[in-house]
Amino acid sequence: MAESFIHAENLSFSYKGQNGADDIPALKGVTLDIQKGEYVAVLGHNGSGKSTFAKLLNLILEPTSGTLIVGGTDLSSGDLPDDELIALRRRVGMVFQNPDNQLVATIVEDDVAFGPENLGVPMPELRRRVDDALAAVGMSEYTDREPHHLSGGQKQRVAIAGIIAMRPECIVFDESTAMLDPLGRREVLDTIRMLNRENGITIINITHYMNEAALADRVIVINDGSILMDGTPDEVFARRNELRAVGLEVPQCAELIYRLREAGIPVRGTEISTVEACADLLSAAFSAEGNHHG
Amino acid sequence: MKSIAFGQYYPANSPIHRMDPRAKVILTVLYIVCTFLCRNVLCFAAILLSAVLLCLVSRIPLRMILRSIRPLIMILAFTSLINVFMTKGEHLLTPTWQIPLWGSRVWRIKIYEEGLWNALFMILRIIILLIGTSVLLSYTTTPIALTDALERLFSPLKKIKVPVHDIAMMTTIALRFIPTLMDETQRIMNAQKARGADFSSGGLIRRAKALLPVLVPLLVSAFNRAYELAAAMECRCYHGGEGRTRLKILRLRFSDVFAVMLLVAFGVGIFFLNRQGIGYTMK
Repeated sequence: MAESFIHAENLSFSYKGQNGADDIPALKGVTLDIQKGEYVAVLGHNGSGKSTFAKLLNLILEPTSGTLIVGGTDLSSGDLPDDELIALRRRVGMVFQNPDNQLVATIVEDDVAFGPENLGVPMPELRRRVDDALAAVGMSEYTDREPHHLSGGQKQRVAIAGIIAMRPECIVFDESTAMLDPLGRREVLDTIRMLNRENGITIINITHYMNEAALADRVIVINDGSILMDGTPDEVFARRNELRAVGLEVPQCAELIYRLREAGIPVRGTEISTVEACADLLSAAFSAEGNHHG
Repeated sequence: MKSIAFGQYYPANSPIHRMDPRAKVILTVLYIVCTFLCRNVLCFAAILLSAVLLCLVSRIPLRMILRSIRPLIMILAFTSLINVFMTKGEHLLTPTWQIPLWGSRVWRIKIYEEGLWNALFMILRIIILLIGTSVLLSYTTTPIALTDALERLFSPLKKIKVPVHDIAMMTTIALRFIPTLMDETQRIMNAQKARGADFSSGGLIRRAKALLPVLVPLLVSAFNRAYELAAAMECRCYHGGEGRTRLKILRLRFSDVFAVMLLVAFGVGIFFLNRQGIGYTMK
């Protein structure tokens, strides 16, 4: 039995109220387990608590109450000695929303080296890690460019390289595609999938894009600080009406299948979260229909 | 996208570009000392020659160097005028120049030979100073390499609790964010223009006031960026300069040491040339 990488039990967090106002609860008693090597999408609209959850995982924020164990380290008290905190942040990397605000250096390779430099990785190991990380995100030819000359997607891939150069076990993407154009988003999502499939890195992708969540193995929907749903994308998107009730739309293909069924057209199957799978369901349904009439 | 807008770095592949930035900082200081050592024609000829050589070796186009001198023309004119008219010496060149004032009073204009020499030397000194520092440092060293070099040169100051690493880190981040904040300024100005703001008419005070609605959002956004950057840096295990390794290890090569020794020898040469009583010697 593999021990889960992230174990949260009744985990809560409240932002301190300002000027004597009441504390604002952001996360209310979340209980979940995430295994090593999983690709999890955390869905929710703005203010649902999904980003708060992400920031607890490497102790950018400290839990108010409940249990949180990440990679065998107990973060519940919110207080870790410095060396353990650094070890935790090496293992759980985080990529943020705005690529401009997470690049530190003026040259791409210097920025990728920033994390391992902080960890005290010596040369020539350091050089190898930087080159490997840039190769992994497909940015090798931009080694000595300046970040402000890159596109949003490229900058975000450099930021990812900066994290994987620390050799993490888990990467949390906190709405990392929200500021990118469709092309940049595709680049980043392909990189995320590759990191999960080929390097076995646990991925937690915090997002409010349904199509992005559909790429994950597991979708967790957070609403108003609590877990609303937790399952495969197909399972979650089948609950279309519940999602709409909390202000979330299912992917267009899932919506299409839902409406066809509502209109009385029998479309069998449960693989409704990706366009390709939906197309298969539809063609199967239409050929069945054709046979029926034929 | 704007090209690199900060600093004056001119990318090229020259021996000076390749030199260790620490060596360049030391060379620059030595070169400044050399220019101030010069006191007679021979010395100035020698240092002028060295400046020309530096320009050639650095592969910086001449127009770039001339462009850096242009803003100094006023200062050059002013210092030479002062030198020409204020220097007193032994060889009066203008015994008969005088401007009649009232009555029998006249104002004698006295220009001495020494004054002309002084003016010439001052002009040469300023120009050579400028060429030396720009060719040795600002045109051939990226701001980041310079920061790095200064951090290492000043690292002994850590012993007396000067936060050398932190200052260098702050400088690096400032350099990194200059283009980002410039883009942002432009964006905010465009947004304000679209709402009818006018940045280009009116007097100085009016224009300064018009910039206020730009500066406020810029400041707010800079603070937000700072918070996010701090979180991102913490996530990447930043905990100050202690125990940090470096991707780029600066190594003094033999050529760097040789260049420093050469310049020291040059300085000594200048020192002795000063003692040759050829022509006018500056006080």
